[in-house]
Amino acid sequence: MCTYQTTLVDLDGSGKTANGWQAMSRASVYVDHPVHFASGHAVMIDVLNPQLGPSARVALEMDAASAQALAEAILHALAETPSDILLDTHRRASSSA
Amino acid sequence: MLTVPATLLRQLDPVATSVTLVELRHTTQKEFMTRNLTAETVTITGHHGDNIEAYMALPTDTASVGSIVVIHHLPGYDESTKEITRRFAAAGYAALMPNLYHRIAPGADPDDAAAAARAQGGISDEQLVGDVEGARRYLANLSVTNGRVAAIGFCSGGRQAVLVGCRLPLQGIIDCYGAFVVMDSPAESSLQATSLLGELASLQCPMLGLFGKEDGYPSPEQTATLEAALTEHGKDFEFHTYEDAGHAFFNVDRPSYRAEAAADGWQRIISFLERTVA
Repeated sequence: MCTYQTTLVDLDGSGKTANGWQAMSRASVYVDHPVHFASGHAVMIDVLNPQLGPSARVALEMDAASAQALAEAILHALAETPSDILLDTHRRASSSA
Repeated sequence: MLTVPATLLRQLDPVATSVTLVELRHTTQKEFMTRNLTAETVTITGHHGDNIEAYMALPTDTASVGSIVVIHHLPGYDESTKEITRRFAAAGYAALMPNLYHRIAPGADPDDAAAAARAQGGISDEQLVGDVEGARRYLANLSVTNGRVAAIGFCSGGRQAVLVGCRLPLQGIIDCYGAFVVMDSPAESSLQATSLLGELASLQCPMLGLFGKEDGYPSPEQTATLEAALTEHGKDFEFHTYEDAGHAFFNVDRPSYRAEAAADGWQRIISFLERTVA
């Protein structure tokens, strides 16, 4: 099916797109038919910047176990990092978009 | 009166150069089709009078042809749906696929456009109906067409084909495994689709439905609910549910492709068009 379930996340970061590095502001996470990965369905992650247009996008397609492992790896990295370093991941006022 | 191609004539009679074969007078023109076609991107007037991109394929060896609007799936205005559009032209029908995401992402790669559309909550039923109506009018006004237009949709487009069948003056609709026809999409979903059960009484044209028994959306139970509702309203419809096929069994470049179901499905689609718009 083309699932209509989509989770949207606001974020602040950068991603390397077909046009080089660009600021990213949002992610969509859903399970649907992949474009490239050879499966019927896949966990799909689109990291986007709608203000820069549809091509400002980093896309991932993966199986469920990979998505689970990726999510746990992110949480593990956050849990293992000292809080002062986590604070240092915040965007600096001087950073450009 | 038929004009028989010289190459075919020489197969029948090697020395003949020109003759009118009266005994073949009742043979249909399509038996001599070369399956030649043209395909190009055009601009049509869609919902709210907006100019939107569309992909059109036309047969070039026959006139007064029936037409079909191709509604692309949620992954967008992609190469596989353009191939489907060309296939209709090769079969002798004028086919037109509006880019439903043109406003959101003009000129973008289809997968980027689909992602942008999803992130914005998809497109409304009102926009869909307006864009398909623009495509219907465009096809009906072409000099090579007979004014009779059907619509086909795959996946999310399957539901949308049923929707336009209830709201537009079409001669036929084809629903290929459309979900959320008889139930709403989940309330927490950012893409909203509402059940069409309340609109089915307005369906004014024949319907063909092609489904996979292993599909969950729509499940065989959901298509049975749709079948019961169409029967209750006295509608002209024909459903086929294929064993050993799930969702998207027509999609030749994905693992979901099922050759046997797709081959039979294409035969049924062409037969349906011969009955409704040819």
